[in-house]
Amino acid sequence: MIAIHHYLILSAILFAIGTVGVLVRKNAIVIFMCIELMLNAVNLTFIALSNHLGKLDGQIFVFFVMTVAAAEAAVGLALMIAFFNNKESIEVEDFNLMKQ
Amino acid sequence: MDSIFFYIVAATAVISGILVVGCKNPINSALSLIMTFFSLATLYVMLDAPFMAAIQVIVYAGAIMVLIVFVIMLLNIRIESGKRYMHTRVMGAILGAVVLIETLYVIMRPASQNLTGGKGPVDAAMVLNVGHTELIGRALFTDYLLPFEITSILLLVAIVGAVLLAKRKV
Repeated sequence: MIAIHHYLILSAILFAIGTVGVLVRKNAIVIFMCIELMLNAVNLTFIALSNHLGKLDGQIFVFFVMTVAAAEAAVGLALMIAFFNNKESIEVEDFNLMKQ
Repeated sequence: MDSIFFYIVAATAVISGILVVGCKNPINSALSLIMTFFSLATLYVMLDAPFMAAIQVIVYAGAIMVLIVFVIMLLNIRIESGKRYMHTRVMGAILGAVVLIETLYVIMRPASQNLTGGKGPVDAAMVLNVGHTELIGRALFTDYLLPFEITSILLLVAIVGAVLLAKRKV
């Protein structure tokens, strides 16, 4: 039996990696994937604590997080396609329509 | 034995997570992200949550990643062009380190060493006897019925929004 702190520390490391990715990368799709990585780190925390406390509430929350992530993927990628049709680019530096 | 396996899976998850950020080609990032999802599914099985592992593989590694890889290939995105700025990397590394230290502090501080709370009835034996899918389904359709119904509306809005945004002329 592995202590719960191992899972929590792994989740913290994955979340930090996702944060660095969101801040450092320029490609919008890679930033999007880093956000998915952060959501998964949170899901791991939910399931580890749900198992530790012997309740199912955390796992139900993971279910809803996955649903929201799926909806977000659909709308977000549609937005990126619409942007690419206008600008021929997907890098966040070119997302400056409001400044011009 | 159990902990050796945990460390192998955790190391795989962290290394592929770093590759998601580090790879220059978005396709390589996407494949590394799928590797991370599979590692996390393995950990869910170790945490007595087999249904969650199944939908992690089906929904995340299946549906969402297929959508992302499809868009990457559709848009024909190549390796990031233009110069990379040093200050964004430095600031990103600093902020990432701050987030990591904060979360590790919260996990390690003495007050969170005894995370007991109210111990619920679900344990490994119960999951084995009743079945994890049945437990989840029972909770989802009794205690969490309203959120479940609202989720269906959310998905409907997402479908309409995706079609509306991706069409050239409405």
